[in-house]
Amino acid sequence: MGKTVLTGKHFWYGDIAIAEGAIAAGCRFFAGYPITPASEIAEHISRRFPEIGGIVVQFEDELAAMAAILGASWAGAKSMTATSGPGLSLMTENIGLGVMMEVPTVIVDIQRGGPSTGLPTLTAQGDVMQAKWGSHGPYEIIALSPDSPHEAFDLTIRCFNLAEKYRVPVILLASETVGHSAGKVVVPPEDEIKLLDRKRPTVPPEEYLPYMPDEDLIPPMAHTGEGYSVCTTGLTHDEKGYPDTSAETQEKLVRRLNDKIRKHLEEIVDVEEENMEDAEIAVVSYGQVSRPAKRAVKMAREEGIKAGSIKLITVWPFAEHVIRKWAKHVEVFIVPELNYGQIYLQVKREAAGDSETVLTPRMGGRLITPQEIYREIKKVGEK
Amino acid sequence: MNQKMISGEEPQELHPMDQWLRSERMPHIWCAGCGIGPTLYAWARALDRVGIDKGKVVYVSGIGCCGRGSGYLDVDGFHTTHGRAIPFAIGIKLVKPDLCVSVISGDGDLFSIGGNHFIHAARRNVDLLVICTNNFIYGMTGGQLAATTLRGDYSTTSPYGNIEHPFNTPHLANASGAVYIARWTSIHVRMLEESITEALRMKGFRYIEVLSPCPVNYGRQNKLPGVFDTAEWFLQSSVIRHGADTSEVQIEKGKPIILGNFVKRENKLSYYEELKKLEEKVKRAAEAEK
Repeated sequence: MGKTVLTGKHFWYGDIAIAEGAIAAGCRFFAGYPITPASEIAEHISRRFPEIGGIVVQFEDELAAMAAILGASWAGAKSMTATSGPGLSLMTENIGLGVMMEVPTVIVDIQRGGPSTGLPTLTAQGDVMQAKWGSHGPYEIIALSPDSPHEAFDLTIRCFNLAEKYRVPVILLASETVGHSAGKVVVPPEDEIKLLDRKRPTVPPEEYLPYMPDEDLIPPMAHTGEGYSVCTTGLTHDEKGYPDTSAETQEKLVRRLNDKIRKHLEEIVDVEEENMEDAEIAVVSYGQVSRPAKRAVKMAREEGIKAGSIKLITVWPFAEHVIRKWAKHVEVFIVPELNYGQIYLQVKREAAGDSETVLTPRMGGRLITPQEIYREIKKVGEK
Repeated sequence: MNQKMISGEEPQELHPMDQWLRSERMPHIWCAGCGIGPTLYAWARALDRVGIDKGKVVYVSGIGCCGRGSGYLDVDGFHTTHGRAIPFAIGIKLVKPDLCVSVISGDGDLFSIGGNHFIHAARRNVDLLVICTNNFIYGMTGGQLAATTLRGDYSTTSPYGNIEHPFNTPHLANASGAVYIARWTSIHVRMLEESITEALRMKGFRYIEVLSPCPVNYGRQNKLPGVFDTAEWFLQSSVIRHGADTSEVQIEKGKPIILGNFVKRENKLSYYEELKKLEEKVKRAAEAEK
């Protein structure tokens, strides 16, 4: 059997770091469909999985890949798929099923320029709202955004842990410049990697109700083939998992599916704050844009401008409490992103009444530079 | 076990099939004369005959009338999205190869929206038993045109008659490499049970088409308004021809409906067996390197 955790220092592409992060997290089922700029993840896993007893299948499309990772998770495996925007569009159908059936699984989206086929080989951050609202109906989901190959490794593991804990599909929202840039990745020893597993039933099959939540709003999960006679459906269902299409059951179920994330917001949300103590201008960024953003803040500080940085590691659920807190202290939030304003809208909503929000949009194709963000900070500072 | 009757009284004597039912979920949604019930009956009887432990039986369905079946039987039931039952089932089967996984769904689910998954699963020879209850129509949504609707037939979206050519599904399965292919009707319950029993004893991708009456949404629009009219048509037109050339089993109005066990391919490794073989090869290569 091959090694599962490649402890040591590596020089890896982001896509490879994600694949190795998944393996280190215990992922043993991967289903995918080739797409630039995510194909390297499937390629790497196709080499690695036969060595370590994992199962990898290249499906006929992303619809099938997404369905397969849900089935695999029900059978007890930690499962994952990897894609880019056009593939994510197809996967949204079964992401909704994953939310409704409460299936722990991970979807990697290496964002590229859109809409449609867009810029297959170039970067963007246009799928942020799609990650949240892509599938129909009201639901909450978790998405993390890495800024580098090293962080991509760490956050892939965190995605699995969050998926297992909250029984929800979790999206790793990376982008082409993370997937296709190489950097130092430090893989810790296996026993230092903290892994979580889904809650399992503690009662005998005749007492088990597949959708009866515990106090934390999350129901324990029986796997198929364990004699629990699991009944599950994408239809609105009661605690037994039986379809019940009444308004009362809809209210109860869908409210819980949202609340199990919302009520754990502060536990799930992770942000990195720098130079915020006395900041008058805060740059809010996520993913690879947070690297030029941090550099721009440094440049501004050297000029005596009181700028700070808030990097969102968790993109969804949105760090609303963080923005609300800082809105009382800063004059302006600047939101640079590689789209026409997606996280900007979230920041603006939370900051409303307390501070101003300014968008620095680029449509993608190339990374935004520190100078561009610095100029924006300076412009805002001079007002 | 869910043996409680709807009246709340304990039954005096159980029907042999009751152990397979989630009795508390009865009555079901299916109309009088529907062929889905007899198909599930034949499937459950075949499972009994083969002696498969109920806890190891997995029923995956898609959307439509037949999709609801997975919630009525007392096994692990997965009612998935429209057309995606097969890939969902593949995920389960590959992770837990010891389970007996069946996909039982309708013609719209398996051959329109899910057609691509069907042919690819057959091509890969994934270990699944796929049963299609073909009623030539979209039943649940109210009788719309399907990929299996016969030429000239009426539906709510082909009110002047169908101009399209329907799939010959056994031939499609054959061209895609399925290792077992049969066609029966829900009237031929015993033959169907035999056929499912035979298929359950095999590995790889096995496909059984079950022609199934839909008196309400197919029959009424196509001069078969009575509850038994479609069944009557099946009985009078069907000819059993085991081993028939699948290119010759296209269903056409006014012509015999060919039933039978058409294809049995032995000695073809299933997808899982191929995977394990590959794993061995990789392992041997790694050992040789040491």
